[in-house]
Amino acid sequence: MSGHVFHPGHDQLHGITVILETTGPRVLVGRFDSQDEQGVNLIGVSVFDTSGGESTKEEFLARTRKFGVKVDHPHLRIPLPTVSRILPLGD
Amino acid sequence: MPYDEKMVAPMREEVRQIGARELCTVAEVDEALGDAKGTTLVFVNSVCGCAAGGARPALQAALKHTVLPQSIVTVFAGQDVDATRRARQYFSDYQPSSPSFALLRDGEPVYMVHRHMIEGKSPQAVAAALKEAFDKFCGVSV
Repeated sequence: MSGHVFHPGHDQLHGITVILETTGPRVLVGRFDSQDEQGVNLIGVSVFDTSGGESTKEEFLARTRKFGVKVDHPHLRIPLPTVSRILPLGD
Repeated sequence: MPYDEKMVAPMREEVRQIGARELCTVAEVDEALGDAKGTTLVFVNSVCGCAAGGARPALQAALKHTVLPQSIVTVFAGQDVDATRRARQYFSDYQPSSPSFALLRDGEPVYMVHRHMIEGKSPQAVAAALKEAFDKFCGVSV
């Protein structure tokens, strides 16, 4: 992670648009707000279901990188046990 | 809700000093972007940290390039709400984010730098992407 913290006291990813991969079929893209022992809070979130079959996760991410984040939910809290990994969209 | 204009004023001034024309009303946006010929860079300014640390310095660096868009304009997201909404209609295939850059050629968006392409990047990296776009889309054909 090459970024820097914009707001002291926040998580290193605070304010960064991230890909959140879940342990299930869903992939989320949104702006990382915060994380605690129970979950992760994302703002302005696009949700993609890999079991839908209409397109692949890679196509979804390529589309999002090119056209931006299509917000499905203004805020989502994702339970920590369902989070597989989080990485910046811009990397 | 917009921020206190006194806080935002230096952020506006920084971009004007760089050489961008600020568009604060729908009419100003339409005058600048409607029926536009040639190339125009639209900078969507914002109060956030990646505008201060990334986007505005990147714009300053990019505008020192030898190949440039014919027109540089800016709107301020969250402050000049109607003007920003109107400007985004000119590149409505793309999702809104701020800060961001849209490069238009003959009124059509040909290149976007979204917020996620600015976050955590150095101004030099963002400027390099802009310069590459200028070379590709703003150069003179001979």
